[in-house]
Amino acid sequence: MDLVQLQRQFVDYKTSLYHEGFLDEQFTQLQELQDENNPDFVVEVVSLFFEDSERLLNELARALEQQNIDYKRIDAHVHQLKGSSSSIGAQRVQKVCIAFRNYCEEQNVEGCLKCLQQVRHEYSLVKTKLESLFQLEQQILTAGGSFPM
Amino acid sequence: MDSCNCIEPQWPPDDLLMKYQYISDFFIALAYFSIPLELIYFVKKSAVFPYRWVLVQFGAFIVLCGATHLINLWTFTMHTRTVAMVMTTAKVFTAVVSCATALMLVHIIPDLLSVKTRELFLKNKAAELDREMGLIRTQEETGRHVRMLTHEIRSTLDRHTILKTTLVELGRTLALEECALWMPTRTGLELQLSYTLRQQNPVGYTVPIHLPVINQVFSSSHAVKISPNCPVARIRPAGKYMPGEVVAVRVPLLHLSNFQINDWPELSTKRYALMVLMLPSDSARQWHVHELELVEVVADQVAVALSHAAILEESMRARDLLMEQNVALDLARREAETAIRARNDFLAVMNHEMRTPMHAIIALSSLLQETELTPEQRLMVETILKSSNLLSTLINDVLDLSRLEDGSLQLDLGTFNLFAVFREVLNLIKPIASVKKLHVSLNLAPDLPEYAIGDEKHLMQTILNVVGNAVKFSKEGSISITAIVAKSELLRDSRTPEFFPVPSDNHFYLRVQVKDSGVGISPQDIPKLFTKFAQTQSMATRNSGGSGLGLAICKRFVNLMEGHIWIESDGLGKGCTAIFMVKLGIPERLNEPKLPFMPKVPTNHGPTAFPGLKVLVMDENGVSRMVTKGLLVHLGCDVTMVSSSEECLHVVSHEHKVVFMDVCVPGMDGYEVAIRINEKFTKRHERPIIVALTGNTDKVTKENCMRVGMDGVILKPVSLDKMRSVLTDLLEHRVLLEAI
Repeated sequence: MDLVQLQRQFVDYKTSLYHEGFLDEQFTQLQELQDENNPDFVVEVVSLFFEDSERLLNELARALEQQNIDYKRIDAHVHQLKGSSSSIGAQRVQKVCIAFRNYCEEQNVEGCLKCLQQVRHEYSLVKTKLESLFQLEQQILTAGGSFPM
Repeated sequence: MDSCNCIEPQWPPDDLLMKYQYISDFFIALAYFSIPLELIYFVKKSAVFPYRWVLVQFGAFIVLCGATHLINLWTFTMHTRTVAMVMTTAKVFTAVVSCATALMLVHIIPDLLSVKTRELFLKNKAAELDREMGLIRTQEETGRHVRMLTHEIRSTLDRHTILKTTLVELGRTLALEECALWMPTRTGLELQLSYTLRQQNPVGYTVPIHLPVINQVFSSSHAVKISPNCPVARIRPAGKYMPGEVVAVRVPLLHLSNFQINDWPELSTKRYALMVLMLPSDSARQWHVHELELVEVVADQVAVALSHAAILEESMRARDLLMEQNVALDLARREAETAIRARNDFLAVMNHEMRTPMHAIIALSSLLQETELTPEQRLMVETILKSSNLLSTLINDVLDLSRLEDGSLQLDLGTFNLFAVFREVLNLIKPIASVKKLHVSLNLAPDLPEYAIGDEKHLMQTILNVVGNAVKFSKEGSISITAIVAKSELLRDSRTPEFFPVPSDNHFYLRVQVKDSGVGISPQDIPKLFTKFAQTQSMATRNSGGSGLGLAICKRFVNLMEGHIWIESDGLGKGCTAIFMVKLGIPERLNEPKLPFMPKVPTNHGPTAFPGLKVLVMDENGVSRMVTKGLLVHLGCDVTMVSSSEECLHVVSHEHKVVFMDVCVPGMDGYEVAIRINEKFTKRHERPIIVALTGNTDKVTKENCMRVGMDGVILKPVSLDKMRSVLTDLLEHRVLLEAI
């Protein structure tokens, strides 16, 4: 594919991500922070997010399997996850986290489990999307152009 | 015997005759000798006698005559020649002297006679002088009497006393039998007997005023003798004696209006009183001239005294009236002051008392609106909100108006963007206008300055009110708003002749014209438009709400801004045009507007970088930590990251200017950290600014942050612009003015 087409594809893809609610303005903010001093800022942050989230999701799964569920701890984890997702602009993940926290307060096991599943789902979705986005970026970079912000 | 020289007389033989002759001669001689002696004696006694030498002559003549007769005594008998010689000599001398005396007497006797005539003349003169002296004395006495009378009369300002005193004193001075005063009645057609000397309570006799005798007296300024039989003189019952002479004199009754400033009072007054004076009946006395003069003078004095008394009465009455009015005014003033004070107290209380619940109602209703509501509930809440907004506006209007009228409202002058004001008005009015399908257009003149000095809030209120009225009263059509700078020919509008604006270098007159195509106003209603609470009674306005205060308030604001507002309309159904002019100041040329009273954080973009600013970020969440760091690094800060409170306390130093800490993570006490930091840095300028980053916007978090001494709270996620402005603000003010 030539550069222009690649760029157009990139733009369309990104727009669709926003449109579908996967990302919000926070992501745009992140992109603004990227400059020549910090060329890989966005990638770094997103990678950190992936690591963090996976860890948290595992913790959550483990905690919910317990006999005596420590809701406080679960709440703490979910709070963390919510914070991270909002920091990078993963809107849908964040929304599920909010619901998750409500169930935690109610100490509703079923609800929590359901939410966990949802969170996992959303997370994997956003991860895939972001990875695709970064691939496209790479392609454009190697093709010699600069990707439109 | 021979020739004896004796002469023999022819002795008659009659001896007796000779004896008688002898004796007569002797007595004659005696008498003749004694007469000069007497003369001398008496002349010596009298001081004045002009003819002494005549006396001497006469004395000599007499003495010689006596001597002759004496010598004759010797010639009766034989006498010698010597005796004869002596006799002859004596006779000769006597003859000479007597002839001389006779000749002299011819001269002297007429003189003596004339002396006699002169003496008679002098005697007459003396008698005449005596008479005159008597007259003068009488006159002087009269004068004394007059002075005393006048003094008595003028010593009192009481009319009754004056008149009574006059009569008494006149009666005494002139020894009158009766003295009476006839005053004209109210109708002026009769004279009524008002005062008499002898009778204590005069019965109210009246005589018509147009009697000939009365006219005669009134037409002359002198005292006139009248007949005792005329009606005015018939006061006493007829006595048996001849009534004494009667004199009547007019007494002018002067009014205040008779006294001109520069003229003496003309005696052209219409009203006279009549004073009648009667001499005692049986004295046969006559009226003397001096007495008549006295009477005339007294009459004049009485006139003057009466007029003085009248003036005094008048002025006393006026003064009493004024005092009464004064008291009444004072009372009214005090009542008014009390009323004003009561009203001010009421307003002050109401101001607060009414606004507080209103605020609560409005705030809570709008909060309620934000929550989950059923459609009916939402409708109800909206209605509540709308009504309470209306009520709040009304309260504000009333309070504003009362403050305006007190004069206690002052313009809040500042530099503001004029175009922005118009745009704001347009924005506010567009929704309503579009609902009503009205077309709104705004025309700003090209020479209209963008910035002006004035009271922005009140100007906007005025424009909004005027435009709002235009929209309110138009069902269809268009509204056009035009704003221009008023030029001098427009400043003098023929419709507002009392408005004389004077343009100057620092000021300009903004002329705003709002034209609508609505229901219009009938010409007779136009003057009432600006009065408080007055509304025209047409159908359209009855449902439009509002208190009728809007235009009154606008007018007052416009007047405060030294301008003028008026409304023109061609009649009902033909729309109307509202025009107002206000005086605004021209600001100096500035690149940026000065906004001295803006409480909000200025949105100017300050420094885009804070080079080398040492910042500490504490966040447990790695991702958000990284994002925050990225933000701050982008802004040029030197960022240190910590992930726990212990680390934070360990690392924080006076080099760090700002500390951002995440406080909403449960299990980690950011507040604790803040307190510890505060304790660590006792000096305020060493202590870093502490800002909390949180995902919660609730009040509890904010309060907690403020309580532990944090300088600000920011809601995550933070955008770049937000972070930039936050940092600017923090560094400028050391405190965050907004929490979002």
